[in-house]
Amino acid sequence: MISKERKRWIYETMNRIRYFELKVQSLFEQDKLRGSVHLYVGEEAVAATLCSLLRDEDYITSTHRGHGHCIAKGARMDKAMAELMGKATGYCKGRSGSMHIADFTKGNLGANAIVGGGIPIATGAALAAKLRGTDQVAVSFFGDGASNQGTFHESLNLAGVWKLPVIYVCENNGFGISVPTWQSTSVGDISVRGTGYNIPGFTVDGNDVYAIYEVAEQAIIRAKAGEGPTLIECKTYRHLGHWTGDPQPYRTREEVEKWKQENDPIRRMRERMLQEGDFTPEELDEIERAAIQEADDAAEFALNSPEPDPATLMEDVFYEGVQ
Amino acid sequence: MSIKTYATAIRDVIAEEMRRDERVFIMGEDIETLGGVFGCTRDLYKEFGTERVRNTPISEAGIVGAGVGAACAGMRPIVELMYMDFTFVAMDQLLNQAAKTRYVFGGKARIPLVIRGQQGIGRGNAATHSQSVETIFMHIPGLKVACPSTGADAAGLLRAAIRDDNPVIFFEHKALYPLKFEVPDDPDFIIPFGRADVKREGKDVTIVANLLYVSRALQAAAELEKEGISAEVIDPRTLVPLDIETIVNSVKKTGRLVVVHEAHRTAGWGAEIAAEITERVFPYLDAAPIRLGAKACPLPFNLGLENAATPQVEDIIKASKATLYK
Ligand SMILES: Cc1ncc(C[n+]2csc(CCOP(=O)(O)OP(=O)(O)O)c2C)c(N)n1
Repeated sequence: MISKERKRWIYETMNRIRYFELKVQSLFEQDKLRGSVHLYVGEEAVAATLCSLLRDEDYITSTHRGHGHCIAKGARMDKAMAELMGKATGYCKGRSGSMHIADFTKGNLGANAIVGGGIPIATGAALAAKLRGTDQVAVSFFGDGASNQGTFHESLNLAGVWKLPVIYVCENNGFGISVPTWQSTSVGDISVRGTGYNIPGFTVDGNDVYAIYEVAEQAIIRAKAGEGPTLIECKTYRHLGHWTGDPQPYRTREEVEKWKQENDPIRRMRERMLQEGDFTPEELDEIERAAIQEADDAAEFALNSPEPDPATLMEDVFYEGVQ
Repeated sequence: MSIKTYATAIRDVIAEEMRRDERVFIMGEDIETLGGVFGCTRDLYKEFGTERVRNTPISEAGIVGAGVGAACAGMRPIVELMYMDFTFVAMDQLLNQAAKTRYVFGGKARIPLVIRGQQGIGRGNAATHSQSVETIFMHIPGLKVACPSTGADAAGLLRAAIRDDNPVIFFEHKALYPLKFEVPDDPDFIIPFGRADVKREGKDVTIVANLLYVSRALQAAAELEKEGISAEVIDPRTLVPLDIETIVNSVKKTGRLVVVHEAHRTAGWGAEIAAEITERVFPYLDAAPIRLGAKACPLPFNLGLENAATPQVEDIIKASKATLYK
């Protein structure tokens, strides 16, 4: 059972991600934002549901498609938007753009522009928790494409051997850029790869908050009980191109429309919440309105923020303080 | 001669070599229907099929290593890496396997393997998608290193690379892809490795540059000329083998050397050239050689910061004048 408060939080978070992304897309199209930007529209249920189970002291690692994870793990939209524009007020002083945003104060150990790069890092964060004897958990988000990197396999083995409190969350959206999963990946369900490492693996409908919640909750219980890692594959779909301006020769317009119309995770969540009767349509509309407002305000903040001073270029190459 | 973009020049050579030699095939991420994210393999799968134009999983260590193995077993693979920054993911296969296999097996193996892809600044792709990493491969014996700065060089050097029986790391530049160049039509047009190109003759200072910085060096030379300073601009084209003789002869004439590249200045390939020149022709030098390169920080996303991190045309002008004590 998902509590009413948690449902509200998840729904709110999904909307915040969706409207942040749509704002990014529109700013990109107006040439007000540039760089490699990979949007998460259509996959919001995964980040929102998983992160609803995490505390600030729990860790995540994210990917090139990281805005959703970042927001779900507590990032402010305005500072994230400023970072996407390379502004001094952004999370990383304008140095990161879309693909390297991190907020260590919220347990977000960073987006990662290298496919598969974050998976061992989450594994290491879980090792830290184990060594310190805390009940922290680490969640690594990554795509189906990333599950073919050595880092995935090496991490699962390490975590399996060491029984680390880590949850590997594969967001299988059917493609790695243009390559369909069936063409790059030797198994139909990536969750079966857990077997090779003696780790429980589950495949769930990644557009269904309730289905994700059920396995994620169990995985966290397992992790905290010292029983080790879990692999969760969430089957989902990205509504937009791999990058803004992707001609998408690898799939049909009909396929995309079908997913949008019939399997939008936000619409599904809304219908379920209304069906269960603990929210009114007005309440849910209000949540959506607030998300739109927040995204608009974030864009305004970012557009009005200053560029970084070139004099800061060499700061932070090394830590200059003392222990 | 035809007018082609740098990207098309590369694509055409791959197609011609695949037609010429059925052992040649290409594999990489998204190279099939998408034609690679920079368009260098566009439509090749239509002619050659998806056996010889193979989409791969995102598994750089795997596909580079498979390239080494296929080459050992008699094929002539080309592996496209989307960003040369991703060579880092495949470093063991490149530096410990590809580079060393022939030598450690007493010369028994031949590794006709080309690893190619783009690198560099210009699009503000940030720390892991903007690097210039050619120096790292120059340091490890057993790999040839090519860096074409024009469409013709891309064509002539790539053809040489594909026909070479050694592993070649072929560095393209993302900012050059859309630019148009004159490219010879001869299907056997080859630029042999180890021959630098004197892009412009001059007598006061020698400027050595590669990739994107060849055009920047030429811009600087044009500006210097307005002030009565005559700069010679040399593009080494391949770092391994390196045509040091052409640079030596130039410095004997000019007595001054500026090396400029986008790769980090610290221990960059410019340091190697400056040291070679100092050792070989010290008595001819009228000033200490100067190296320009990216600052010792990861490349930032913000374009203003990216410019601040990398040498600009003014920096080349200033350095050239400094060798003339101006
Ligand atoms: C090591 C590495 N190889 C290739 C790339 C280029 N690239 C960026 S995203 C991507 C596809 C990733 O697919 P997947 O892991 O399924 O995630 P998705 O984009 O579908 O969310 C590729 C190939 C990269 N960034 N890093």
